[in-house]
Amino acid sequence: MEEQYIKHRYEPILPKKDEWPVVKLARERKEFVKKVSETAESKILQLTGNNPDILKEELETTLYREKLRIKQNPWAVDPDDEREFWSDVKNSLLHLSTESSLTKTKKLEAYKEVLGKITSRYAEEIASNFKTSHYKFTRSVVTFGFSRLLNAARVKGFKSIFSNQYTLQDKIQITGQTDQIRDLATKGTIVMVPTHFSNLDSILIGWIISVLGMPPFIYGAGLNLFNISIFAYFMNALGAYKVDRRKKNLMYLETLKTYSKEAIQFGCHSLFFPGGTRSRSGMIESKLKLGLLSTAIEAQRANYQNGIQDISGKIFIVPVTINYHFVLEAPGLIQDYLSITGQERYYKENDEFSTSYKISKFLVKFFTKGSDISVSIGRALDVLGNYVDQDGNSLDKRGRVIDTRDYFISDGKITVDAQREEEYTQMLGKRIVEEFHKINRVFSSHLVAFVAFEMIKAKNTKLDLFDLIRLPEEDIVLPYEEFKSACQMVYDKILEMKNQGLIDVAPHMNRPMDEIINHGLDNVGMYHAKRPLIKDKQGNIVTEDMSLLYFYHNRLHGYALEKLF
Amino acid sequence: MPSRNSSKPKLIGVVGVGSFGAAIANMLAEKNQVMVYARKEEIVEEINSQKTAAGREFNPAIQATSSPEELCKACDILFFMIPSSAFMEVVRNFAPFLYPYHVIIHGTKGLTLNLPEGESIETVKKLRRSQILTMSEVILQETVAVRVGCLAGPNISKELSLGQPAATVVASKYNEVILEGQQLLRSEKFQVYGNSDIVGVELSGVLKNIIAIAAGALAGLGLGENAKGLLISRGMVEMVHLSKALGGSVQSVIGLAGVGDLVTTCNSVDSRNFTVGFRLAKGETLDQILGSMEEVAEGINTVRIIDAFIKSAGIRAPITESLHRVLFEDLPIGEALQFLMKFPFSVDVDFV
Repeated sequence: MEEQYIKHRYEPILPKKDEWPVVKLARERKEFVKKVSETAESKILQLTGNNPDILKEELETTLYREKLRIKQNPWAVDPDDEREFWSDVKNSLLHLSTESSLTKTKKLEAYKEVLGKITSRYAEEIASNFKTSHYKFTRSVVTFGFSRLLNAARVKGFKSIFSNQYTLQDKIQITGQTDQIRDLATKGTIVMVPTHFSNLDSILIGWIISVLGMPPFIYGAGLNLFNISIFAYFMNALGAYKVDRRKKNLMYLETLKTYSKEAIQFGCHSLFFPGGTRSRSGMIESKLKLGLLSTAIEAQRANYQNGIQDISGKIFIVPVTINYHFVLEAPGLIQDYLSITGQERYYKENDEFSTSYKISKFLVKFFTKGSDISVSIGRALDVLGNYVDQDGNSLDKRGRVIDTRDYFISDGKITVDAQREEEYTQMLGKRIVEEFHKINRVFSSHLVAFVAFEMIKAKNTKLDLFDLIRLPEEDIVLPYEEFKSACQMVYDKILEMKNQGLIDVAPHMNRPMDEIINHGLDNVGMYHAKRPLIKDKQGNIVTEDMSLLYFYHNRLHGYALEKLF
Repeated sequence: MPSRNSSKPKLIGVVGVGSFGAAIANMLAEKNQVMVYARKEEIVEEINSQKTAAGREFNPAIQATSSPEELCKACDILFFMIPSSAFMEVVRNFAPFLYPYHVIIHGTKGLTLNLPEGESIETVKKLRRSQILTMSEVILQETVAVRVGCLAGPNISKELSLGQPAATVVASKYNEVILEGQQLLRSEKFQVYGNSDIVGVELSGVLKNIIAIAAGALAGLGLGENAKGLLISRGMVEMVHLSKALGGSVQSVIGLAGVGDLVTTCNSVDSRNFTVGFRLAKGETLDQILGSMEEVAEGINTVRIIDAFIKSAGIRAPITESLHRVLFEDLPIGEALQFLMKFPFSVDVDFV
């Protein structure tokens, strides 16, 4: 039954590319960028209270930080004229501060002009370069190319080349509320919020969206990814706009948020990784970065303000979890996490996804040898975290239909209240985390890693995490029978929770425990040089890398399962 | 789907017509149209016809209703002024008529439990924080309203009714709720402070009732002002630790809703919690006292809940523990006092 469902073929919801919101946006790119820049400008003016002195200070801070960034942390993607641009800004600011004869209004005008230059530069930099032809090409590469690889490896005969999606979907299973998201995407605007474990996620999600027959989503991709040429091409093709995490200044952040908000209002389906960055620890994100999330709430309120009351102006938040047996970057990620939390020493980021060559090598491995990935689409929420029904109506806890607009009303009118929306963003963040836990699918590899690590922890109660990680691997041996009964115990609890709707379980978990364990051991972190978990010659469970074991174990963190030990 | 657009001036709703509810309704009625809710039809009748209920005077402009639906339709802002024991039930009755545009401010200084079906405080083995609800948490759990606030502070109903000067704290995560509360309640004789730590403010009001019972007991035993000073100061330290353990901030306990209310209640013969302690010390049993009290003394229930919580959480709170033994385990009050005097407090203040 389930297999059938997974491999369902989805018709495109908008067959004509001209109707795709992202295509419309690309067509109006110039005007859109201008609008973003102007809106951001007026927002910043509002934040500085239209006071030339405060504005001046903000401009100087931005200038200082930008000059520092250019000097200390230059990237290949940075435009050539950066130095020049900021020198110009510096000169204008110097010129203005020596000009003492100006009136306050004139001064504000002059600073505004500098501000306008900066926001329009930022807006231009952030904006995506979506091209339909590139999109089509990329989609073919991903689906057709990968499927051919796959078919070649599995030798399914010549004909199988033509059934691309079916075979790729063997490897990447899509489950959950797929029909709801497709349906709502035709009626309102979707904001998809997936968990984030690997750099591969962006491409994977892009492919999922296309398999589901939906037009491309726009999303903020880290500018660092554009350093890698293969990614840069894919990202642009998938409608990515650029997020530069080096730029933490007010002007940049406001422009970025405005871009996101305006795009949502434009009707572009969007994608945020609400964790902000890949999960370093391997845990499901528990604290979300709320900056971009708040733009969904702002856009919803703005739609209501503009009198769009029906579903066409409604914004739906769709949580998605991506489940892997294997995360290529795991060794680097967990090192980062341990050195940050342990504060032992400065650790230089070791990005295993650093070259196109490495990625290609991984992809070949992945598609020829296999490692399943599953993507669970959660139930759609409104921007306050209420579930919505098939018509997009928000439902309260009792299933009563409520109007999301009511959340923005005081004294019978829609009001703008930044502090209120900040609280709403936090509420939404909490709800998304809750949903992540509910739709998360347990894999055999998660189970074995969790149980093994917790058993080791239980045997060494006096040790803290960092001592545990430093235990000599050769001293750790878990007798198989003991390990198996612990697995059974956790598995039973997981099934109990699944029946309460608190977690989900992959179909491959539906078999005898010995097979689950073998499947888990075969798959957990399967391509790492040092395996997190293997069986030794005597049939006992041993580890080759404690920190990797910890990383994969963390996937089941947050369910209070450790209390079983 | 009702969504509000009309600009017709709205009524302010007050749920509950006990002494505090009536006092607040009258204060609100000085500046606004007020509608109160009472469950019993005869009380509604009495308020509407004679403007009194159970001997309490109501402002002639106040209307009364026994229909939650009518109240929710007529009002965007509701004040819930009901005892914690009935709070959950009343909120559930209102829930079907509440919408996200409603602003709810409550004035209840008590806690309630959120246990699985069939469990009670006697049967539950461990009482975790998630199973204890403050009143704002009840509202958030049971209704779709999110803009929730609370009132707390030294507000003895009798003095408020006489128009004597006083102040209160309106706490909410939402600035607009605080502003709304201030605008509605502030007058020449009534100052209103704001605080964003709603749970901390609620806990301050809740926990001070425990100390109030102890203060009543000291007075009943005929002990002097030194003892009272000792109790109030140690009581405050205990409140700080308990509040922190339950998710409140230290600052809120030190404010008007904590220390302010504590000092007032520990000196007031009008306080119900104080009276419970006083009569206990005079030799009455808890059942006798409860049998003859008209309104609930929240502190008794609070002592039970907090005592169960500290036992589960493995923390110590000597005043609460001894009161629990006096109230529910028949420990003579004199022995409890001895226990407290022997308790090894070594540090005066260890939380700032």
